[in-house]
Amino acid sequence: MEAKMVLEVEKVNKYFHDPVTIQVLKDVSLSIAKGEFVSITGKSGCGKSTLLYILSTMDTDYEGELRIDGEPTRQATKARLAHLRNEKIGFVFQFHYLLNEFSVLHNVMLPGLKLGKKSKAEVEHDAMERLKELEIGDQALKGAHQISGGQKQRVAIARAMINDPLIIMGDEPTGNLDSRNSDIVFDIFQRIAQEHQRSLLMVTHDEDLAKRTDRIIEMDDGRVVS
Amino acid sequence: MRLLLDIAVTLLRAKLRQSIVAAVGVMFSIAMFVTLLGFMNGLNQLLDGLVLDRTPHVRLYNELKVSEQQPIDLVHRPDTTMTDGGSYNIIRSVKPKDELPRLRNATAIMDVLEKDDRVLAVSPRLVAQVLFNIGTTDLTGVVNGVDVMKEVQYYKFKDYLVKGEPYDLAAGNNTIVLGKGLADLMEAKIGDLVQVTTATGDRSMLRVVGYFQTGVADYDKVQCYANIKTVQKLLARPGSYYTDINVKLHDLTTAPTLAREFASRFGVQAVDIQTANAQFETGSDVRNIISYAVGIVLLVVAGFGIYNILNMMIYEKLDAIAILKATGFNGRDVQRIFLLLSIIIGVVGGIGGLIFGFTLQKIIDNIPFNTEALPTVTTYPIDYSIQYYIIAVSFALLTTWVAGWFPARKASQVDPVEIIRGK
Repeated sequence: MEAKMVLEVEKVNKYFHDPVTIQVLKDVSLSIAKGEFVSITGKSGCGKSTLLYILSTMDTDYEGELRIDGEPTRQATKARLAHLRNEKIGFVFQFHYLLNEFSVLHNVMLPGLKLGKKSKAEVEHDAMERLKELEIGDQALKGAHQISGGQKQRVAIARAMINDPLIIMGDEPTGNLDSRNSDIVFDIFQRIAQEHQRSLLMVTHDEDLAKRTDRIIEMDDGRVVS
Repeated sequence: MRLLLDIAVTLLRAKLRQSIVAAVGVMFSIAMFVTLLGFMNGLNQLLDGLVLDRTPHVRLYNELKVSEQQPIDLVHRPDTTMTDGGSYNIIRSVKPKDELPRLRNATAIMDVLEKDDRVLAVSPRLVAQVLFNIGTTDLTGVVNGVDVMKEVQYYKFKDYLVKGEPYDLAAGNNTIVLGKGLADLMEAKIGDLVQVTTATGDRSMLRVVGYFQTGVADYDKVQCYANIKTVQKLLARPGSYYTDINVKLHDLTTAPTLAREFASRFGVQAVDIQTANAQFETGSDVRNIISYAVGIVLLVVAGFGIYNILNMMIYEKLDAIAILKATGFNGRDVQRIFLLLSIIIGVVGGIGGLIFGFTLQKIIDNIPFNTEALPTVTTYPIDYSIQYYIIAVSFALLTTWVAGWFPARKASQVDPVEIIRGK
């Protein structure tokens, strides 16, 4: 391996048992290098989201090996996995998933406060920087439910970046947005990959968006086809 | 931990109304618990006090009974060790010998007791059965000859004296304090003379200087008090003639042991307060058990309220739990957040409950409560003991912890993938 791999999976198999046992992932192996912007595409039901949740360490019910930043995760405890997610992985979902009880700024700060590497003031400063970078600094003190859908998704991106993760994962991050907003979000992703040298992994069914990424992983019926 | 508390407080704020309802539930149960127990125990102490205040911890007396060793036993020893059934002395209809019901060596015994470290006070008593003659009828009564000042100091004599001054009784010659019931029967006013006949037929005139009321009607119809010297004179007995020695101890619980010790040491009968008044302890215990049971049921009901509200909150907050987990909070963090929620409700409700409970106690304490039977009581009795507050708060925290634990555990086990994919 020439470049340092941020994320690697080897021969991952995954089954759903309800109502009947179906194999959803078949011997999936892939790796993502630092700074790479990768998209996973495929028809609905091909297992691309399932794969993403395994990569995210949230789903542990699979066979095979997953290494994040070189660390094997198969035997890791749930608490250790939570820590890994906190420190090294950022998430952006199709739906924004902000906590409505908190302000925009506080939403962004939460993972940073959880990591606990910086003081509250520093985390707050960082969060503000991220929000400004995404041009929603003026919304920082509003409640999370008071802003528009496109803005919410940008807040979610800011939240994903607060701990300077190695990789940001997105599950149809633009799926719920109109074309203008989805362009904005996509541009942000590209900028993150280029300027911050973060790896990005995005599941999408939007072929046009996928084509603009560094690499496309196409899946069909639980296998990586290209 | 600080962060988790922060999140818990924010979640609570978002569900302020439900949280307040839960906290008010805890508050009411705590308040009722404290009030109920305070009131119940106040009454217990009042009722027990009626008897216990007036009862010596150990009473020494001499009971007239048949001697265990009859003269024949000295001549012919019964022998039961022999194999053919042994020999016995059988005497029927043995009567006690002619003896005065007095304590022998009473003065010496009192001297010894006075020097004993475990003893708080020693007071002699001379109890005489008498008849009060009113016109042609006689009423039976009991005159207790007492050391008046000691009775005042150790047996709350003054509290039960509804009219008159203890000093008049202590200083006066041939004076008597009548039981209120008896005085009413005889229509005896303060300053009147009443005629008393003793069991041996001696008659004297005694001057009424006060009324005495314990609240126990039968007692008040019979019992009277007089200076011990007056009673000795009444019975025509010398100054060392006492029938009882009442002992008050420093520690009530040692009474049974000390009673046994005194009995064998002085060769007298001794009865301790626990044996003499077993029924009062039982009554208090039963009342206590009932109030604790009711109080605990209230707290448990409040616990179910918290359980329900937290459960609902968790269903509403599944998204939030999923996102917290996705962004790196582990199951234990989530569990702690919801446990904190529950404990905050418990603490806030608990403190509110203590304040509210204290207020209720104060209110009850100021409600007038006048009864013939209890001359010294003017308002409902309340026991403000701190222990009820401590029990209430500890139990409230325990219930809220348990009520929070199950929903919190459920929250910790939420699978974020299921929630996020389910959208």
